Amino acid sequence: MATTRSSPPLFSGNEYSLGDLARPQYFNQPLKLRHGTSDALRKYLERMLLIRRVEEKIGEGIESGDVVCPCHLGIGQEAIAVGVASSLRPTDRVFGNHRSHSHFLSLGGSAFELFAEVLGKNEGCSKGMGGSMHLVDAARGFVGSVPIVAGTIPLAVGAALAAKMDGNGDVALAFFGDGATEEGALHESLNLAASMKLPVLFVCENNLFSSHLHIRLRQPADRIARYALAHCVRAATIDGNDVDTIAHTASRLISDMRAGLGPAFLEVVTYRWRGHVGPREDNDVGVDRNSDLGLWKKRDPIKRLFDGMSARGWIRHDELADLDSQIVATLNKDWERAMAADYPPVHTLMDRVYFTRQENGTS
Amino acid sequence: MARVNYGAAIREGFAYLLDRHPDVFIIGQGLWAKWYVGNSMTDLDKIYGTDRVIDSPVSELACTGAAVGASLCGYRPVVVHPRMDFMLYAMDPIVNQAAKWCHMTGGQSHAKVTIRGIINRGGEQGAQHSQALHAWFAHVPGLRVVMPATPRYARDLLVSSVLCDDPVLYIDDRWLYEQEDELPPITESPLEDQRPRVLMVGDDVTIVGAGYAVLQCIRAADKLRQFNIRAEVIDLRILNPLDVTEVVRSVKKTGRLCVVDSSWRTCGLAGEVISSVAEILDPRSFLCRPLRVTLPDAPAPTSGPLEAAYYPTDNHIASSIAELVSAQEIVMRLTPVEPARSTK
Repeated sequence: MATTRSSPPLFSGNEYSLGDLARPQYFNQPLKLRHGTSDALRKYLERMLLIRRVEEKIGEGIESGDVVCPCHLGIGQEAIAVGVASSLRPTDRVFGNHRSHSHFLSLGGSAFELFAEVLGKNEGCSKGMGGSMHLVDAARGFVGSVPIVAGTIPLAVGAALAAKMDGNGDVALAFFGDGATEEGALHESLNLAASMKLPVLFVCENNLFSSHLHIRLRQPADRIARYALAHCVRAATIDGNDVDTIAHTASRLISDMRAGLGPAFLEVVTYRWRGHVGPREDNDVGVDRNSDLGLWKKRDPIKRLFDGMSARGWIRHDELADLDSQIVATLNKDWERAMAADYPPVHTLMDRVYFTRQENGTS
Repeated sequence: MARVNYGAAIREGFAYLLDRHPDVFIIGQGLWAKWYVGNSMTDLDKIYGTDRVIDSPVSELACTGAAVGASLCGYRPVVVHPRMDFMLYAMDPIVNQAAKWCHMTGGQSHAKVTIRGIINRGGEQGAQHSQALHAWFAHVPGLRVVMPATPRYARDLLVSSVLCDDPVLYIDDRWLYEQEDELPPITESPLEDQRPRVLMVGDDVTIVGAGYAVLQCIRAADKLRQFNIRAEVIDLRILNPLDVTEVVRSVKKTGRLCVVDSSWRTCGLAGEVISSVAEILDPRSFLCRPLRVTLPDAPAPTSGPLEAAYYPTDNHIASSIAELVSAQEIVMRLTPVEPARSTK
């Protein structure tokens, strides 16, 4: 059995199969919370709720016609970015993909800047030049996200090479979905990272779908970590809707990487509640989606965290309600501000084709 | 000054960069071997260490992507593709990622990576060991494309490319490796300031090329001189962004334009230069139609006689130009009106 020491005790699959992790009727109980402190879990809860409300707001913006750029919402997948980010520091180098609002926000990225970006405004995180699919936040270690599937995986390997050369124990990380594992880029990158022993964490958000197509129709097996094992990369496959287990597992993998043990692979099994792109649920698209979506919503990462904390007396319902209304109130203000912000001046269309030191004052 | 050949000049550029710039490293296939890249990187791994001169797995995509990624994190990597044909596996990191990174991050981040693609052809190597694809990359905004024709430019433009803050396609040609030059000491100069250069001065016809084509232009110009045709030869050096100011100035003087490109014709460099000049110049400045000499639009063959027919020779270029010039002289003799050139 190729499962490593990082695999969780509840893993019921084998080298090729996700087992119960892919069955929505399982893993829907309150989280057991074996690892995190009350304070840490409260922070996770707050951040996950923020991410969900931000994405819901963006979804409304799409429906109202204010947001035009393609937005890929990750509602239902909030635990992954938040859990992994708990072990990262601003000098680490994180790369995302087309569905990266959660990655950006989990590192502390500004909701206002994200709103402004999806609205194409100059105060956006990418100065209105990127939209939802090209986010950047260098100060917090978010090097960038792009929508070319698997496009950032080799970039993260290079960022890990840079981190290794720097010698400060920093790590690089690429978030990608199960669809990206069908690209050659992943396999070349795993081999390169493993053979050069580079500190890069490959995080596969396995939500069982690539666009409209279920993994069953695209791959002979549903456990993605098998690719990592084939390249001699340490791997763990865990419940992607359990922020406590994610934070704990990521922490172990990342501290090993900081200590020079080379790359690692974290497969987190989840499900997106909305369609591939846009705010609709798309439950008429894809295998079993109509019957499964309702069950997956019971595996809600936020509700299960809250229920677990509540069972221990670490949070009350009214506290959650207060937290939620504070978040919503702040986001409404951010949204209004973003709506009122200016668009980039037209000359930036040509000014930013090549880098100009004057504009940035950096190298 | 010692005479140095083109390959050794590139090596000098690399040694200079590795010596003076700790943020420079090199990754690619064959960097620890003797035969992949001619004499252009000999023993750099032994002198500067295998941590900075990295021979890589057979993964063009991952290695180019890794170089782009490292360039976003404080380094100035050079990724070497010993044969450009194999570099096509790396189109995503070059065209989708590096070229657009600055623009799509609002200028906050930029891929200061150099991608060296070597043109290596001839010797019956055939369709997949022959391609010169500079025009593809010159088409992409955000990339800079550099094509040195002489040992000095090979060395100096390499230094400028690696120290540039944008992604650069640096394309050298194995058919130039035996060319020799006397090289002055290296001075660092920004790539943005580099322009085409006039390598030979003449009044009768302007001949333009890049990379190996420049050598052919010079040889053709030498042949034409025997027939008292004085050609001006311009080495473009930088294909993206393309600056035709010097070519326009020259054609204003000569009235005739021939562009030589050692790649294909359709949507190629030669057509681009001709149309860029034609857009700027008054049509009356042209004494005759412009001419392009390129490869035929066919993959490179292997069989010897087909290969001989495939690559334009110096003689072919010279005779095409002679035809252009003398045909026009005949026209001028037969036409009673003053040539348009003298009315300007």
